[in-house]
Amino acid sequence: MKERIALDLSKLPPHGMGSASLTFWGTSAFMLIEGTGFALAIAVYFYLMSLAPQWPIKAPPPDLLAGTILTLLLLLSVVPNMLVSRWAKQRDLRKVRAGLVVMAILGLLALIPRAFEFPALHISWDDNAYGSIVWTLLGLHTTHIVTDIVDTVVLACLMFSKHGDNARRYGDVEDNALYWNFVVLTWLPLYGCIYWVPRL
Amino acid sequence: MTWFGKTPSPADLAAGDEKAEALLRRTWSTPAGVLAALSTVDHKIIGRRYIATAFVFLMLGGVLALAMRLQLAFPEARFISADRYNQIFTVHGSNMMFLFAVPVMEAMAVYLVPLMVGTRNIAFPRLNAFSYWIFLAGGLLLWTSLALDTAPDVGWFAYVPLAGPQYGPGKRADIWAQMITFTEVSALAVAVEIVVTVFKLRAPGMSLDRIPIFVWSMLVTAFLVIMAMPAIMLASSSLILDRLVGTQFFNPSEGGDALLWQHLFWFFGHPEVYIIFLPAVGMVSAMISTFTQRPTFGYLPLVLAMIATGVLAFGLWVHHMFVAGLPRVGSSFFTASSMAIAIPAGTQIFCWLATLWDGRPIFKTPMLFIIGFLITFVIGGLTGVMVASVPFDTQVHDTYFVVAHFHYVLIGGSVFPLIGAIYYWFPKMTGRMMSERLGRWAFGLIFTGFHLTFFPMHMLGLQGMPRRVYTYPPELPWAGLNLFVSLSAVILAAGFLVFFIDVLRSVRHGPPAGPNPWNASTLEWAMPSPPPPYNFRHIPVVESLEPLWTSGEALPVATGLRLDRRELVVSSVTAGEPEARESSPADSIWPFLAAIATSIMLIASIFSPWAVVWGAIPVAITLTGWFWPKQTPEDES
Amino acid sequence: QSALDADGPSALAIENLIFLFLAVCGVAFVLVMGVMTWALVRGRNEPAGRPQTERSMGRVVAGAVVATFLVITFLTAASFYATPSLDRGKADPPTILVRGQQWWWQFSYLDADPAKTFQTANELHIPVGTDVRLRLEASDVIHSFWVPNLTGKQDLVPGRENVLTLNAAKPGVYRGQCAEFCGLQHSHMALLVIAEEPADYARWLDVQRGLATAPTDGEAAAGKLVFMSKPCAACHTIRGTEAVGTTGPDLTHIGSRSTIGAGLLDNTRGSISAWIADPQTLKPGNNMPLVPVTSEELRQLSAYMKGLQ
Ligand code: HEA
Ligand code: HEA
Ligand code: HEC
Ligand code: CUA
Ligand SMILES: [Cu+2]
Repeated sequence: MKERIALDLSKLPPHGMGSASLTFWGTSAFMLIEGTGFALAIAVYFYLMSLAPQWPIKAPPPDLLAGTILTLLLLLSVVPNMLVSRWAKQRDLRKVRAGLVVMAILGLLALIPRAFEFPALHISWDDNAYGSIVWTLLGLHTTHIVTDIVDTVVLACLMFSKHGDNARRYGDVEDNALYWNFVVLTWLPLYGCIYWVPRL
Repeated sequence: MTWFGKTPSPADLAAGDEKAEALLRRTWSTPAGVLAALSTVDHKIIGRRYIATAFVFLMLGGVLALAMRLQLAFPEARFISADRYNQIFTVHGSNMMFLFAVPVMEAMAVYLVPLMVGTRNIAFPRLNAFSYWIFLAGGLLLWTSLALDTAPDVGWFAYVPLAGPQYGPGKRADIWAQMITFTEVSALAVAVEIVVTVFKLRAPGMSLDRIPIFVWSMLVTAFLVIMAMPAIMLASSSLILDRLVGTQFFNPSEGGDALLWQHLFWFFGHPEVYIIFLPAVGMVSAMISTFTQRPTFGYLPLVLAMIATGVLAFGLWVHHMFVAGLPRVGSSFFTASSMAIAIPAGTQIFCWLATLWDGRPIFKTPMLFIIGFLITFVIGGLTGVMVASVPFDTQVHDTYFVVAHFHYVLIGGSVFPLIGAIYYWFPKMTGRMMSERLGRWAFGLIFTGFHLTFFPMHMLGLQGMPRRVYTYPPELPWAGLNLFVSLSAVILAAGFLVFFIDVLRSVRHGPPAGPNPWNASTLEWAMPSPPPPYNFRHIPVVESLEPLWTSGEALPVATGLRLDRRELVVSSVTAGEPEARESSPADSIWPFLAAIATSIMLIASIFSPWAVVWGAIPVAITLTGWFWPKQTPEDES
Repeated sequence: QSALDADGPSALAIENLIFLFLAVCGVAFVLVMGVMTWALVRGRNEPAGRPQTERSMGRVVAGAVVATFLVITFLTAASFYATPSLDRGKADPPTILVRGQQWWWQFSYLDADPAKTFQTANELHIPVGTDVRLRLEASDVIHSFWVPNLTGKQDLVPGRENVLTLNAAKPGVYRGQCAEFCGLQHSHMALLVIAEEPADYARWLDVQRGLATAPTDGEAAAGKLVFMSKPCAACHTIRGTEAVGTTGPDLTHIGSRSTIGAGLLDNTRGSISAWIADPQTLKPGNNMPLVPVTSEELRQLSAYMKGLQ
């Protein structure tokens, strides 16, 4: 087919940022998938609860301490996380590097109270369905923390390498920050389910 | 903005036409060689592979169907043992749903959507390569298990407790659950690619109301995948956990529940059938316009009907559980919601009829399949409305009536349009036409064979024949119809055989097609057939819903993309206004390696839960290799 | 065994509903196909896409959508209207406990007086013209109780309890079959419902409540000894003897049943022998193992079994 030139694109930026970035939309889609997964897992929790004569089944409610510490830690981590995101937008390499290190450390720190949350449940995954679902909820969320830590570490390495100072990397840093916010946000309903619903 | 200043050299305007094309070709093409074939990220190559693989699975699944029909042809037949039969129908169903129907629809989208929206590659092309390999691995897993006589034998919806740790010994149900994981991962990956491609990679000017209906159908389908597949992921993972590490999700004596499985499965399973059906709606809408040479009537109603179907799809799942003992009032709600689906479905049918009414029908093979589709799908839809009634369903649930219903909607509603679509887009994909004569034969045999095979199943169901029985006693009045059905299945198989022969023959010997053999209206017909590796020499600028019909002699296009790196246009979600030039990742072997690592992890986890831990390490390594920048022009910004 | 040969009020209501749906949907189908054929064959004078054609087609399509809405509203209402027929006699407590097992049916006739409760298998007797309430339970996997001539099916789900009402309008033998895939021998999990006049039913109850009849001839007596000394007694109960196993069907009155093996074979001495000699060939994978017996013992066993009237 013949062509007639109607538009010149050469003035457009060679890489889209923000909502013009494909990875932003990809990350959002994956968050939608995982968010649906979390929502369904929570639905399973309430479904099993509605069937059980008493809830939790044959166990005391989980101890609050570890989970609450983790929640606070996660909430706190949002502040540096937002800062990293902002620095990435400003393409401030030095601050982004520092911020990523901080975020990686915070992520690893979060694993410490998390490790204490499992015993605080006072039930094993194979005792009964209550044990199975709370372990699954915690496990699912832990996988997300771990994935994001790995992500952050790799990204930090990248930023310290010669590939660092690149608009794409800054975009990745923003997306990574977005994902961490998602990890924090999804924890809140899980925290409510695991720790407070049994106390109602 | 510092990154803005870099000169886009050599820009395509600067280079002469010949030279520009040579450069584009060098930038985008997949070189020869095995390694290159494993590394390619071209959506057309991957799409073709995907389609071909899915059709191989159709053939294999069809052979299993024939095996079942052989066993059922006579009462108390002993061709196939009970155990084998149970494996066969499970693999037939699982294969057809998870390895054929869903993947083939997504594969068509992988091939067509980037062409139809006017871009040069799908979004996240490496993920696309990865998803294909994962799909292939899942398929091999299932079929290997059948070859080893250890295939799943619990039905395609694997109800617990039959599939649970107590009553499903061995690794059969685990294989089923893990096969699910494979296909879900690949389906989810493709869904994400489609969503982002449609949202962000549309050609300049393709606002929401200029998106081809087929693309809309795939967008809605992709969202269905995204919202529905997590349910089956959760279900199959908890099944594996129950079986492998002793969780108690489905064990009633420890607070679990057998019906929880059914809720989770059908919360996915019902949307699943529209994941299979909606792409077919898109195909019919695309083809019917070409073969009546007028725009499809009712663009907006059709799009809204697809969205409505997608939304309603999540409110119907209980209609698969009408006899499980749920409260009647609740069930009756699902009767109403299931019937309501007839409204969007009817809207679609009526719009197509209107298109036929006003247009001039051209009775080429794709059109024949559309007519076959209309006849068959309406029957299947109407039996769907029947089984949606609770009292009606208590008699026909789990009988051959339901088997008839779902083959009518699956084959009549999806496979007919799909085969029509193959005849329709084959010239684009291969550059050659398929045979019109063989096409008519294929249609005649498939259509007649289909109805002779499946219509009597309605009667068998009403006469009380349950499904999933490997044999039945001679004193019941089912033998005659069953023999008839089995014989008719041979006609059906012959039809498919003709179709496959036509495909294989035409790939080599079909007459050359030219860019637009059907005088169609959408962008994929603007380029030569088969499309060059870069799809469009210049990204088109879209000014209407039927660009090839309305733009006259010359297609408006955009210039200014770089030729020395893979570059495409990112545009805004609603208006389709260009926002940025964006690079598209180059070929890479890492997605293939990542798929191998993932497959090893998933298959090993059937045998030991720790495989998830140690298996994650190679996965992480390959993923890092995948994303690590390689200093190519594509990494510039 | 057919949904279109109803012999009970509930099945009849559903049968009428089925015919109503078939008729309405048949008409819808004919209309749609008529329009399609017309559209395909009609000659065309005007060019496609004229605005006034578009407008009038829009009106027709909208009208058809409205008609669809009305039809499905009607069908939904008809469906709701028929639903209560599934739950007849809701107030009555269940009188028979049905337990689905891989791959046979256990029926326990409940009675306030424990001496009057008894168990039988694969053959359900009910009085005609009354609502009989069944409590449905499963001991292993999900099964589904379905006697199409009497009423729609209902699943038996482990850990849950469902209820179903049977009502046979006239005496007769109604075949039913497990309708939910339950493993290897799902195909051979049939049952018979025998609807009898109340007097016959009462007589049957009396017999069933009684203990097993003692063997009358030497061969059967020898068979009893074999039964008690072999593993048979570990799985089967014969009330009035020391056999109290619960894995297999209660055999107290096995001789009076018309089939064995959940509808697999007619109940004759020959088929009982064949069954005992090799249950795994007749019904591969079922839960009764091959217990080695001599042909002499086999004859004795079958005489004993057949004598348990
Ligand atoms: C492509 C796949 C597909 C499609 C499109 C459909 C479409 C529909 N299905 Fe089907 N269904 C399956 C695939 C599909 N189904 C499968 C695979 C199963 C079985 C799973 C298993 O058990 O293994 C199943 C099972 C199934 C059941 C469970 C039966 C049982 O197990 O007992 C039910 C119950 O409500 C149902 C209902 C419907 C309805 C109401 C529609 C509607 O969407 C149909 C709407 C269409 C029309 C109504 C026709 C067009 C409309 C008109 C021409 C207008 C005029 C119409 C009227 C006036 C009514 N389906
Ligand atoms: C898209 C999905 C799809 C497709 C295309 C088909 C295609 C066919 N199906 Fe399938 N079927 C299902 C999905 C599908 N089915 C599902 C989901 C189930 C439920 C499973 C379960 O209960 O768990 C099912 C169950 C099912 C049953 C019920 C089994 C039972 O309950 O016991 C039967 C029985 O007849 C059957 C028959 C057929 C036949 C004859 C075809 C034919 O259309 C096949 C025709 C195709 C070919 C024959 C292959 C191509 C031909 C050649 C390559 C020619 C060369 C080969 C030879 C000549 C040998 N199917
Ligand atoms: C391990 C348990 C077991 C043992 C031992 C066993 N049976 Fe059985 N038996 C069963 C089961 C289970 C069934 C039901 C099989 C089916 O129909 O699926 C059955 C069925 C039967 C039936 C048919 C009952 C009916 O109503 O259909 C007869 C008769 C019978 N057994 C006799 C015997 C005799 C005689 C022996 C000893 C030689 C024996 N059984 C040993 C478990 C056992
Ligand atoms: Cu019991 Cu099928
Ligand atoms: Cu459904």
